[in-house]
This record gives sequence, structure tokens and C-alpha cells, in this order.
Amino acid sequence: MKNEILKLEKLTLGFGDNIVIKSADLSIKQSDFVCVVGANGSGKSTLIKGALGLIKPMSGRVFLKDDLKIGYLPQETNFEVNFPATVREIVMSGVLNKMGRRVFYNSDDYKLMTEKLKLLKIVGIQKKTFSELSGGQKQKVLLARALMATSELLILDEPSNNLDYKSRQEFYEILLKLNHEGLTIIMITHDLDVEDLIGNKVVAIQKGEIKEFTTVKYLEKFK
Amino acid sequence: MNLLIEMFAYDFMLRALVVGVAIALVAALIGVPLVLRRSSMIGDGLSHAAFGACALALAVGVMPTIPALIIVLLASFLILQISRNRKIYSDALIAILSVSSLAIGVLAISLAGGINIDLNSYLFGSILSVGYEDVAISLILALIVVILYIVLFKKIFAVTFDAEFAKSIDIKVNLYDAIFAAICSVVVVIGMKLLGALLVSGLIIFPALIAMRLVKTFRGVVVAASVISIVGFLLGLILSYVLALPTGATIVAVDLIFLLLAIILDRCC
Repeated sequence: MKNEILKLEKLTLGFGDNIVIKSADLSIKQSDFVCVVGANGSGKSTLIKGALGLIKPMSGRVFLKDDLKIGYLPQETNFEVNFPATVREIVMSGVLNKMGRRVFYNSDDYKLMTEKLKLLKIVGIQKKTFSELSGGQKQKVLLARALMATSELLILDEPSNNLDYKSRQEFYEILLKLNHEGLTIIMITHDLDVEDLIGNKVVAIQKGEIKEFTTVKYLEKFK
Repeated sequence: MNLLIEMFAYDFMLRALVVGVAIALVAALIGVPLVLRRSSMIGDGLSHAAFGACALALAVGVMPTIPALIIVLLASFLILQISRNRKIYSDALIAILSVSSLAIGVLAISLAGGINIDLNSYLFGSILSVGYEDVAISLILALIVVILYIVLFKKIFAVTFDAEFAKSIDIKVNLYDAIFAAICSVVVVIGMKLLGALLVSGLIIFPALIAMRLVKTFRGVVVAASVISIVGFLLGLILSYVLALPTGATIVAVDLIFLLLAIILDRCC
């Protein structure tokens, strides 16, 4: 299909004998903003990890556009609280998928970092350590790292966790701006949290099966 | 100064110095990612496996270094493979490996007719047991690890900070795990001769923990851990010579004092 950048075909995912996602079909086109919803433990993270290639499928396939670079923002709970790293060290590591055999960062890499930090309004914290940051700042730093890795497809796993209302709104405004500029976004969000459904599509997961809606249709069903 | 000249006039002291500095450097370099990824107990498990392997080798009359290296390498890959299986608790697995290796070692000693001097040196360490082949292995290892660290530093950071993100940008995290486990195996087998099977994992864990108290950047922690590890080793070696104390225990005691000072400094500043 034209403009398709990611496609899942009869994808089944799970751990051992436990099937989490059953035979999922999904097509993501360029500039889509897809919200993935479902109850806790429904398989939202498993689905995107399968799409990212972090989990081997039990059956089915994942098709990615040729040379597609993906930026991934994992759940914040994955990180060591006192990890000794500066914002700069973390954000720069996002560019590693573009370095090929290069060992050291070059001036273009540093320019890209400054551009992303400016976009997210966090230039001033680049020398701070990760543990010093607020929840909102941490999410922006991880988003900056993901944006260093891609200008095509961004995948976010519950980015609004631990964010207060104001930080969440600010974070979503940035995502919408990036999406309007052409970035495709897949975002896991809390089940039925209407305010989080800011994209054009909703993928709902229930009992291992996925259903695709336009956001409007999903909200109508929800009401 | 005269003391140092006197100390290193002995051939065995010079060998211990070279091997110790090289192993202390390598142990600190691999210790930082292992500690930050909460995998530092792998060093402890492997040192017990090394003891079991040495005991078996000595019981059948074979020089233990190479057999121990092979067995510890196999054990490290086994731990890695099984720890990826969600159904098994990897810390329990390491504990099982440790006690089983000790049991096999003790049984081998018993069947061979009692403990001998060589085995004692593997349990508690002895600078006399460090041979020229250990000097060669540790220098080559240190050179390889330092070059690997410089070339792969950014990827090592990415894997250590967030393995999932690293995988998502096509960094081969499992390969890095395997390389670190292999290096850890060599550190344990060679370091065990100096510090003993029961103390060698201190070389891997202490420098990283001390450096993390003092420095807050990844690059800074790696550099600080390397310096602290070498200084701790040198101080321990000199003190053990002057005070006629066991070398391994003195080095670990120096590292423990460094850690306590670092904790106090961290809390005060």
C-alpha cells in the first residue's frame, strides 16, 4: 500500500506457551498518529516490542519500509534511579544508529542534538544528570534521544506516566507538532483515558485481539 | 622509595604488580556496566566455578589455568543463556552454580587425598602463584579491553543505560553481554591467583560502587573506577608486603575503606 511504513501480518506474540497477541494485522501509514489502548496486561507493550523486533514472533511477520529508522521511548520504569549519566550523554546515544563504523560523534551529530534540545526547550539542562531531573524533564530527554534516532517513526510506551497535567499537555503539544511535520507516531496510552487519544487512529487490544478505529469512531463507541 | 625498590627487586613481586595493575584496570572497566545492570553477582558465581575447575584440574594432575578458563567461560555463557529465560531466577541460578562448584571442588580435593598448597593459593590468593603466562594473558587482555572500550564506548553506554532502546537501534545487546561475560571469566581466572576465589569479585564490584559515589557522569565513573581500582590494588599490595598480610584480603580491605570514605564524602557534600 502507498505510504505504508509498518505492517503487521498475522503476528502472534507471547512468552513460552502463553499467547499475548493473536494473529494481529495492522497497517501504519506515513504521518499516522496511532494510540494503542487496552487494559493493564492486555499486551500493549508486547505488541510494540514485537513491531520493534525486540520480541521474536511466534508466527506472522513484521514488514518495515526499507532503511526505516525507529525512535523508541520505553517506559520510565526501566531506568536505574541513580544512573550516572548526563542529559548530553543520553541524548547523544540516540544517534548511534546513524553512525555506521564511526567511533566518535561529529559536528553534525552535536548540531542535531542542539536542534532537538531546542525543540523540546531543554537546552539548559544538558549538563545535568538524569537523576536530578523532574518526571517531565526525563520524558523530554528520552524523547530527544528517540528523535535523534529517527525523523520517520516514533514509538512511545506510556509516555504520560508520572507526568502532571501541565507536563502532559505540553508533551502532547510537542508530539502533535512533530506529527504535523510528517513524523509517524505510535503511542501506548492508558486504557480509556480520553484526553490521551490525540491521534487519528486508535488500536484497541482486548483478549489478545486487536481492533483498529479512527479516533472519532473509538470515542463514539466509548461514550 | 627504598621500600618500593626492595619490594620490586623480587621477580614474583614484579609479576604480581604487572598482572595486578592489568587485571585491576580490566575488572574496573567491566565492573561499571555489570554493577549498573545489576549483574555484578556473575563475578562471584564465576569465581566459585573457577575454584571448582581448579580443584578438579589439580586433582587429576593438570595445570589448572586453561581448564579453569574453559569451564568458567562455559559457565558464564550458561548463566547468560539461562538468565534470558523468564521462568528461571538468575540470582538463584548463580547461587546454585556457586555452591555446586564449591561442593565439586571440595569433593575433588577429598578424593585426591586432601588439600594441597596449590589449591590453598586458589582459594585465598597468593602472589607467588602468578606465572609468566599470567603476565602475558593479563597484558594482552588489558590491551584488548582498553581498545574495545575506546571503540565501543558509546555503544557500551547505550547498552548499560537502556538495553531495550539499544536493541531498538540495532545494537547487538546479546553480543555485548557475551563479550562482557567472556572478559569477566578471564578476569576471574587470572585475578583469582592474586586475590583468591573468595575475594576476586571485589575487584569487579568495589571500584564501580566507589566511583558512582564520587562522579555523576558515565564517562567520569568509568575513568574514576579505573584509577580507584589500580590505586586500591597498589596500596593493598604495598601494605600487604610491609605488614606481612595476605595480599587479596588487604586489597579488598583497602577497597572497603575507600568505599566507606566515598559514602561519607557523598553524604557530606
